[in-house]
Amino acid sequence: MSMDKFESLTSRTVVLTEENIDTDQIIPARFLTTTSKDSLADACFHDWRFTSSGQLRDHSLNAVDLNTHKVLVAGNNFGCGSSREHAPWALMALGFKVVISTEIADIFRSNSLKNGLLPVTVEQDVLEALIADPGREVSVDLETQTLRFGNREVSFTIEPFARRCLLDGQDSMDVLLSAIPDIEAFEETRA
Amino acid sequence: MAKTLFEKVWERNLIAPETDERPGILHIGLHLIHEVTSPQAFTVLAERGLRVRRPDLTLGTIDHSVPTMPALPNGDLPYATDAARNQVETLRTNCGKHRIPLLDLGDDRRGIVHVVGPELGRTRPGMTIVCGDSHTSTHGAFGALAFGIGTTEVGHVLATQALLQRKPKTMRVNFVGTPPKSVTGKDLALAMIKRIGTQGGTGYVLEYMGEAISALSMEARMTLCNMSIEAGARAGMVAPDAVTWDYLDRAVGEALPRDDDLCTDDGANFDVDITIDAASIRPMATFGTAPDQSMAISDDVPDGEDGLDYMQLAPGQKLSDARVSKVFVGSCTNGRIEDMRAVAEVLRGRTVSAGLRMLVVPGSEQVKKQAESEGLDAIFVEAGAEWREPGCSMCIAMNGDRGEPGELVVSTSNRNFRGRQGEGVRTVLASPYTAAASAVKGVIADPEEFL
Repeated sequence: MSMDKFESLTSRTVVLTEENIDTDQIIPARFLTTTSKDSLADACFHDWRFTSSGQLRDHSLNAVDLNTHKVLVAGNNFGCGSSREHAPWALMALGFKVVISTEIADIFRSNSLKNGLLPVTVEQDVLEALIADPGREVSVDLETQTLRFGNREVSFTIEPFARRCLLDGQDSMDVLLSAIPDIEAFEETRA
Repeated sequence: MAKTLFEKVWERNLIAPETDERPGILHIGLHLIHEVTSPQAFTVLAERGLRVRRPDLTLGTIDHSVPTMPALPNGDLPYATDAARNQVETLRTNCGKHRIPLLDLGDDRRGIVHVVGPELGRTRPGMTIVCGDSHTSTHGAFGALAFGIGTTEVGHVLATQALLQRKPKTMRVNFVGTPPKSVTGKDLALAMIKRIGTQGGTGYVLEYMGEAISALSMEARMTLCNMSIEAGARAGMVAPDAVTWDYLDRAVGEALPRDDDLCTDDGANFDVDITIDAASIRPMATFGTAPDQSMAISDDVPDGEDGLDYMQLAPGQKLSDARVSKVFVGSCTNGRIEDMRAVAEVLRGRTVSAGLRMLVVPGSEQVKKQAESEGLDAIFVEAGAEWREPGCSMCIAMNGDRGEPGELVVSTSNRNFRGRQGEGVRTVLASPYTAAASAVKGVIADPEEFL
């Protein structure tokens, strides 16, 4: 089976300066009663974007065309909290393809990589430069693992297997399915 | 070579070691599933024509979306929404189709996923346990390697009983000294998270040790390991000892063979080593909107912290000035029998403050039955609290139980994120003792005087 490839992207940023943006902010739990991955765009950052009566708030996520702003720049420790994969699903439903922060929580990062949302961690000075200029154009190249903006070029690291899967559009499930003989042999030795 | 507990458990369950190109292939001994994070994984299996490889190593329960109010006179449960009902029915259908054992509604073993695994004796030292739930770290209290996964990985485990994983780093958290009685596993957890921060554990498996840990009950160890994820760590572990094996012997009704190798060898190396003075910890409560923003209840609210506006707290003020709207006791963090007993100890012969609403929600049917056999439910109800049916309740607030905008909730759960317990709700995390003391006083209260 294949999944969506990620090779490179040039797009504009949306900046959220808050630190420790948890997955309850990205998608509040009351939207988790779904049994599908679809229709999660409105749920994404719902309580940041909408008032309790459903009116749009004055917020940076509402102020730009998300078709041209596919890179989310966020304060340190993005995606902490719950394991809900609905968080990357919702971010992608809203149009994001890349998340940049100085730290990205483990489970969120793992979930993002499996869905084609690229989690990029950068040094503090890089994040500060990106935060200082919301809406700027950035280029992300996964093959060379480089992030370019203005006259800057910085490298980032993606776990090699996840990177290969994204570049090739390969579903990591296939690797496990092909290992079933090894899994069975392991279980035999422990039986 | 001297090894850590984590390394031993990792190696025991490793099918193929990692290479530069590919993570290790880790066998999964127990896969716990619930209604919220499994449906899309079953959809992937259906799309690919895959079966569940080891239904015997999979266990389903219903906890997140289910109401904690009793059934209506017509037998229907008062679900918050039709979607919540549909999610429960979807899990039932999927488990039936794939022959996965399900602790269904009406089953006297049903409960919150991280409460039932241990109490049914399914959680064992040395094994690997995963679940589409970040608080899977709870099971590490038994010396298991247990961590939360996303729904894609739920699908991987359903189809293969294995996961692709890079080996994490290790951190030793050594609690020295003996804390006073009023300091529980929850207070140790909040102190640990405050020390290392909400991202301090990212990439690490924590091992808790020291005399303060040895002295803890299994329930308290589970509370501590449960909160490991709030420090960013996917797993926390405690080496099994007599307390562990006694708990498991009782759970399964027989004497299990001991496994004395499940401990960190003398001289084993950790990537990071920290020491916390348990004797100096006092009952803790959070004051902000991240779980590392906690303080001794007797201290002043600190200055220069994020989230104080949202919490409507001012630097320098006492938490005992903050009027409480609701108190919630329950969750996979503090919904076990020992937690119920702690609350009863404080509430016995006392009443919940006028105008304050208190929910006591057992973590499982077994906890409910045991509490009722000890008469704890009567103590709660006489004090003015509500005694509910088992479920995740106000911890996740997607099942009908929640706070109202602006309300201040003292909660024994695990996350004080903005809106976690309902839009605009202000959450203060604390122990069952502190929750009960706060219910009596009507303000955030140090439980010391009640014990």
